[in-house]
Amino acid sequence: MTATREPILSVRGLEKHFPIKGGGLIKRTVGAVRAVDGLDLDLYPGEVLGLVGESGCGKSTTGRAILNLQPATGGSVVFQGREIVGLGRKEMRPLRRDIQIVFQDPYASLNPRLPVFDIVAEPLIIHGLTKDEAELRERVRTLVETVGLNPEHTNRYPAEFSGGQRQRIGIARALALEPKVLVLDEPVSALDVSIQAGVINLLEDLKERLGLSYLFIAHDLSVVRHISDRVAVMYLGKIIEVAPRDELFDRPTHPYTQALLSAIPLPDPRLERSRQRIIITGDVPSPANPPSGCRFRTRCQKFAGELTDTQREKCLTVEPLLESRGEGHTSACHYAEATKVL
Amino acid sequence: MSTSSGALEQGRTQARPVDPDVPLLAVEDLNVRFPTEDGLVHAVRGVDYTLRSGEVLGIVGESGSGKSVTSLAVMGLLPGSARVSGSVRYRGQELLGQSDRAMSRVRGKGVSMIFQDPMTSLDPVYRVGFQIEETLRAHDPKLSSKAAQARAADLLAMVGIPNAAERVRSYPHEFSGGMRQRVVIAIAMANQPDVIIADEPTTALDVTVQAQILEVLQKALSETGAAMVLITHDLGVVAGIADRVLVMYAGRPVEIGAVEDIYYEPRMPYTLGLLGSLPRLDASTKQRLTPIKGSPPSVVNMPPGCPFAPRCPLHVAECDVVEPELLDVGGGHTAACIRVDEVGKAHGEASALFDETADDAVLASQPDPATTPEGATS
Repeated sequence: MTATREPILSVRGLEKHFPIKGGGLIKRTVGAVRAVDGLDLDLYPGEVLGLVGESGCGKSTTGRAILNLQPATGGSVVFQGREIVGLGRKEMRPLRRDIQIVFQDPYASLNPRLPVFDIVAEPLIIHGLTKDEAELRERVRTLVETVGLNPEHTNRYPAEFSGGQRQRIGIARALALEPKVLVLDEPVSALDVSIQAGVINLLEDLKERLGLSYLFIAHDLSVVRHISDRVAVMYLGKIIEVAPRDELFDRPTHPYTQALLSAIPLPDPRLERSRQRIIITGDVPSPANPPSGCRFRTRCQKFAGELTDTQREKCLTVEPLLESRGEGHTSACHYAEATKVL
Repeated sequence: MSTSSGALEQGRTQARPVDPDVPLLAVEDLNVRFPTEDGLVHAVRGVDYTLRSGEVLGIVGESGSGKSVTSLAVMGLLPGSARVSGSVRYRGQELLGQSDRAMSRVRGKGVSMIFQDPMTSLDPVYRVGFQIEETLRAHDPKLSSKAAQARAADLLAMVGIPNAAERVRSYPHEFSGGMRQRVVIAIAMANQPDVIIADEPTTALDVTVQAQILEVLQKALSETGAAMVLITHDLGVVAGIADRVLVMYAGRPVEIGAVEDIYYEPRMPYTLGLLGSLPRLDASTKQRLTPIKGSPPSVVNMPPGCPFAPRCPLHVAECDVVEPELLDVGGGHTAACIRVDEVGKAHGEASALFDETADDAVLASQPDPATTPEGATS
C-alpha cells in the first residue's frame, strides 16, 4: 500500500468559486457558484485515485484547478513540494512537464487541422525536448506505438480515426513529456463499452510500465472500481468519503455513497432483481446556494427516515468534517455507519 | 400515492379487446435507408420482433447500431427522405405507409414514445400542464378543459412530482432534468397507451435520478399494464427491467432471447464480448477486461458476410460468405452466428473466447505491442 509514502500531489482547502454577475449596466457580483468549496486530497506515487460524483459536483473543475487551467480562488495545491496555486503561465510551464491532462471528449480535444504527428509532437517542440528532426520522429513514433496505434498513420488527421483511437492520441500527447501525474477527466465516458475496455486496459498497462500516478475523474463507478486503488466521492464541491477501493465499495459509511452505489444497475438480471435499492429523492441542490450544515441533508435517506429531530439539529447546523472510519477511510457524516449495499 | 391509480383509470374509456394470438406490436423485415452524399446508408437492415402485451423488450446496442432509427421508423417519425420498407403492425393494423393524420391517432393512444433528452422533447414556451392537456385532448376532443386540467395534475402526481396541482403551471425550464423526464413520462402515459417506446430514457440523467425514473417507469407500467420497448446502451438497466432482450449490431438483431439467457448463456460472440468489456461494480478482484478489437463497421457499403466477423475471435472463412440468419438455439432464444455451439461452451465467460487485444483496427497489421506486464496491483 501507499499510505506511508509522501504524496506526490497534495490538495488542501481547494476552492473554485465562479462569480455570478447581476444584470444591468454595472455587472456587480451578486453571488458565487461554489463549484469546488474546500477540498482536500492526496495522490501518492504510483497510485490511481478515483474521483467520482454526479454531474455538477465539481469533479472536473477540481481537475482543472489542480492543473491551474482554471486558477483556483483559494486553497493550496502542492506538487512535489511546490505550490501551484497562484503561479502564472510562465511559472507553470516547467511544471506542466510533470503533470498532464487527458480530456473527456476526444472529438473536441484534438485540433482537427493538425495531423496526428503534429498533435503528439507539439508538446515536445514547445518544451524543446528534442535536438533534431530525426529524434522528434523517433519519439513520436514510440509514443504512438505505446498507445497501441499504427505509427504509419501519423500523417492522418483526427477525423480519420474512431473515438477510441482519438482518445489514444490524446493519451499519447499527454505522455509526450513523460509526466509523473496524469489527470484523466472522464477519459472513457464518451466511448462505447467495447471500445472503452481497450482504453481502460491501456491506461492500466501504461501506469505499470511508466510508473505514473492517475487522478481518475469519472461518474461511472464501475469503471472507477475497476481501475482505482483509492476512491474519493464528491458531493456539491466537497469530498464526502475517501477509502481504499474495496473498503469503499464493500463498507461505504456515508449515506450518499451508499445511495450512489445502490442506484447503479448491475448487468446481472438475477442479482439486479433481488437487490434492495436505496432511492434518494430530489436532485442535487444548486452550488450557488448550498444547504446549511450537511450539504447532503436535503436528499439524505438517513436524515429523512432514521434520525430523530434532535439528531437532525446537528445536520442542519454543523457541517460534518471528514473523520476516520478505519485505515485510510474517512467520511463526512455525523451519523456514519458502514453498510453493505452491493 | 392514493390518487395515482385513479388518475389512470379515468382515462380508460373502454377496455380494448386483447387477442393473445395477435401480438401488440409486430415488426417484420424493417429496413431503413438514408440517401447521403456517400451513398445509401442502410441504417436498419431487417429488424424483426414482436411485443406481447405487458412485456418489456430491451433493445441494446452501441451507438450507430440502428436501435433509435428502428423505433423512429415504428412511430413514423423519420424524415421524409428516409426510405422505409417492411412491416410494422400494431394490433394487426399496418402502420408503415399510413398518413401522418392516421398515425396521429395511434401515437400517444396506441403507441407512445419517451425520448432521451427531456430538454428537447418538451416545448419550452408552454406550461407543462398545457402540454399534458394537449395530449389528452388530442385523443378526446370532448374532454372539458377543467377535466383535462385535473387529469394533468393527477398524472404529474403519479410520476412523483410534489405539489402537482401547482406545478402544472410551471414551464419546463423551472424543472430539473429528472423532473422534466417525469413530465415526459406523464405525457407518454396520459392516454393509456398499450405500448411505450422509451429511447434511452435515463441516459441524460445522473445515476441517483436514473434510479428514481426507472422506478416511476416500472410503476407506470404495472399500473397501466402497458408493454414497453426499452432502448438503451446500458446493460445494467436492461438487466433490471426487461423480460426479453434484443441485441443489435450494424443495423440488425444478432441475438434475441429471454433476459437470463442473454446474460448467462449468450450465443452470439458480440453479446459475449459486450458483457466481457463491462467493468463490474460488484467485482472485488481486479480482473482484466476483455475488449472487442476493432470498431463497428460503417453501414455504408457493407461487405458480404457476418458484419461482426472482422472483430470476432471465432472467425472462420465461412463467416465471410453470407450474413448469418438468426438461428434458433432453443427456448425462444435465437442468435445470428454459424458457430453458436462454440459460443455456448463459454457459458457467458468472455475471457474463454476473447483474447485480450488492446489494439484498435489500425493495429491489425502490426505485431503485438511490446511485452506489457499484467496490471497486478493491490
